[in-house]
Amino acid sequence: MIGRTFGHYEIVEELGTGSVGVQPMKTTQFVLAVILACAVAPAHSQQQPVIGLITKTETNPFFVKMREGATETAKAKGAKLMTAAGRFDGDNPSQVTAIENMVAAGARAILITPSDTKAIVPAIRKARAAGVLVIALDSPADPQDATDALFATDNFKAGLLIGQYAKAVMAGKSAKIATLDLNPGVTVGKLRHDGFLSGYGIKDGDPSIVCSADTQGDQAKGQTAMENCLQRAPDINVVYTINEPAAAGAYRAIRAAGREKNILIVSVDGGCAGVRNVKAGVIAATSQQYPLKMASLGVEAAVDYAKTGRKVSGTTDTGVTLITDKPMKGVDSKDAAFGMNACWGK
Amino acid sequence: MPAGASSSLSASGPFLALLLACAFFASQSDRFLTGQNLSLILQQVVVVGMIAIGQTLIVLTAGIDLSCGMVMALGSIVMSRAAVDHGLDAGTAVACGLLATTAFGFVNGALITRVRLPPFIVTLGTLNIAFAITQIYSHSQTVSGLPDAMVVLGDTFRLGDTAVTYGTVFMLAVYFLVWCALRETAAGRHVYAVGSNAEAARLMGIPTARLILGVYTFAGLTYGLAALLAVARTGVGDPQAGQTDNLDSITAVVLGGVSLFGGRGVILGSLVGALIVGVFRNGLTLMGVASVYQILITGILVILAVATDQLSRGKGLRP
Amino acid sequence: MTAGAAPTPVLQARGLVKRYGHVTALDGADLDLWPGEILAVIGDNGAGKSTLVKALSGALVPDAGEIRVDGRIVKFHGPGDARRHGIETVYQDLALAPAMTVAENLFLGRELRRPGVLGSVFRLLDKKRMMAGAASHLHTLQIGIASMTQPVESLSGGQRQGVAVARSAAFARHVVILDEPTAALGVKESGMVLQLIRRVRDKGLPVLLVSHSMPHVFEVADRIHIARLGKRVAVVKPGDISMAEVVAIMTGASTSP
Repeated sequence: MIGRTFGHYEIVEELGTGSVGVQPMKTTQFVLAVILACAVAPAHSQQQPVIGLITKTETNPFFVKMREGATETAKAKGAKLMTAAGRFDGDNPSQVTAIENMVAAGARAILITPSDTKAIVPAIRKARAAGVLVIALDSPADPQDATDALFATDNFKAGLLIGQYAKAVMAGKSAKIATLDLNPGVTVGKLRHDGFLSGYGIKDGDPSIVCSADTQGDQAKGQTAMENCLQRAPDINVVYTINEPAAAGAYRAIRAAGREKNILIVSVDGGCAGVRNVKAGVIAATSQQYPLKMASLGVEAAVDYAKTGRKVSGTTDTGVTLITDKPMKGVDSKDAAFGMNACWGK
Repeated sequence: MPAGASSSLSASGPFLALLLACAFFASQSDRFLTGQNLSLILQQVVVVGMIAIGQTLIVLTAGIDLSCGMVMALGSIVMSRAAVDHGLDAGTAVACGLLATTAFGFVNGALITRVRLPPFIVTLGTLNIAFAITQIYSHSQTVSGLPDAMVVLGDTFRLGDTAVTYGTVFMLAVYFLVWCALRETAAGRHVYAVGSNAEAARLMGIPTARLILGVYTFAGLTYGLAALLAVARTGVGDPQAGQTDNLDSITAVVLGGVSLFGGRGVILGSLVGALIVGVFRNGLTLMGVASVYQILITGILVILAVATDQLSRGKGLRP
Repeated sequence: MTAGAAPTPVLQARGLVKRYGHVTALDGADLDLWPGEILAVIGDNGAGKSTLVKALSGALVPDAGEIRVDGRIVKFHGPGDARRHGIETVYQDLALAPAMTVAENLFLGRELRRPGVLGSVFRLLDKKRMMAGAASHLHTLQIGIASMTQPVESLSGGQRQGVAVARSAAFARHVVILDEPTAALGVKESGMVLQLIRRVRDKGLPVLLVSHSMPHVFEVADRIHIARLGKRVAVVKPGDISMAEVVAIMTGASTSP
């Protein structure tokens, strides 16, 4: 029997007898047909390209900014942006689920800041096998070529710049360094920390590092960590901080101890609040990163792929700039006014 | 003797542990036992210590509150934005923050007593709601430029040649008041009764639902006071603050010998518990030990504390 | 000391009905409790004795029927109402807070406050008076507990029962109801509790005792109320009847004596 659909009815031709009959299609068959028709249709219509952005967490202002940048660019380019995030730094399962959901929902490209750079790879590979473009933002996947491309900032370089700056300021004076770090095992924290040490020309375990404490990037915890470090070594004169909230907390502890004139604080981020602190002399120098740029470049590449199939590849460094109002010879920097123009946040 | 105190180690066990820890760290660093260092430790535990007051009351009724840290953050954002962005004077702004957190506590209590949902689930939900509201209202930005009157609890006075913050004294005062209320009033006894045997309390005519609602509401107020202390300590309203405070306050409660099953423990124990954590954090940093070991030691202490409590009630060591 | 002489029962129920869906727990149940007596309520499973006790103690509201205390009709909407009418109940699980002390449990929900401003404004407890009161109540009933500050969970089963009974006896004005007081106790402790029950009666409080232990009932009761299928089918005196006959009436093998 040959059947062709005609509205609710199947036209059934009885081979052989030549008779043609019409019988009503069962409801389920009709519904299925409608669904299939709708599913097939978008491939032929001018639909909005769908792209996804998955950040490490919802909370960190860095990712809030990234999301805002992505949303703006997506709107400008007429794309639909889906967003998702892990619940905490290191929450790989949530990011895996987000990738799967976005692919199932028809995303053509996914931008992701991987929480666990190794564990996310299988999910990324599956998505790419389904024809989805995957771009890593801010931190590379491990191995780096697991994603189509990487739009990142070099966190090691961010640390390196402020390490070099601090070294230049200290000009050979005996340094007593405190490092206020993130959390054990988080890549960003380690890169910035190692970058700072490298820029300063020392290694972990160097006797000039008199105190190291974790802050989780939190202002109150940064204050506590600095208070305890000052108790251990009241003559600390250089403080590396993982980010500007930690630096703000550290400054409060330092001022309470009356040593704000004798301690150099350096940081990373380049958020507007942090740059204001540079202007105010709280932070001597900060490495400014560009989450908005990362996000908008990423969205542009994603939409490009969705519309034309052109794949972006390789690494694009969205840059890091040392921001300080007290420039040092031998270390390139821009002043706080520049920083305020380019900063993210409020 | 307060209820529940006689059958567990009450606060004497944890207090002994605190003294031993202090003795140990004093032997490792001559900076530990100075007035200034001890004052710093107190300042470092005021926020979690204040939250632990509310958490203790809730745990005594055999409940739990996972939303405390987020509600505290919400309170600090409400009061700081009220002063900075809406121009209210410090007193009114603080009152707004306290109102917000107390209202959240009331909602927790209402969902638990009226809708009869388990405290764990309810506060898991309100944790997320409070967090989201805080992020939305603050646009995830810290609020700075607070009026001096609002951060007055961060100011210090001299005790000999040690600087002590008013916030420290404030926290200790609230602990003392709540301790007295638990020991010396019928309502305090009823809190223990509800935690020890809620059905018995009900049969004896104690209005258990109203009591539990009151406990969660009052706890909400303590989270607001904690917000005030946080704002005074850091000088800003920080929407990212307090994210680990729920577990930290529960740690303080458990280390203080208060039973998570309800009806046993002394509130001063929670203060001791918070101090134990602060002492270890400070002492290990003074010794130059990496932060990750603080986390390890805290975990071991928690298990020791609960095991000791169980054993002292003759419930440990399966035959 | 026994029924018949006094004009009004202390506690009386007529025609109590309670249904749970298709199940009829009380089917027009009656009860009379006279001053100065121990009345034991017995019956097989499903006879309705615990439902009857719950209705009398205010733990549930019957669908129909009336209850009178000292001749006056009363309606209990909760255990508090029954208590206010002077009826105290010791439930099977004792309703004690295990982590709290003997004195605290004795005054649970009825704590004494200090005189004057300290009590009324600051609502401070009068712990000394409560300790002394607890000690005195226990002493009157000759319950052997040395320390009022012992947590109740550290006491033996019989001692815990003693605390619960003493609490009821201390605050009851008309009736003490005991629901299966010896069910969880061994021989020696049961004996102590039965002695205790007699002392409560001798103090002037009639006792309504629900029990499934025939020997204990025969040992201590002045009259036995036999319940069956939600009704009262007989009231007998232990001296006039044998255990076997009572069992027969309970199970329906024979009707009233």
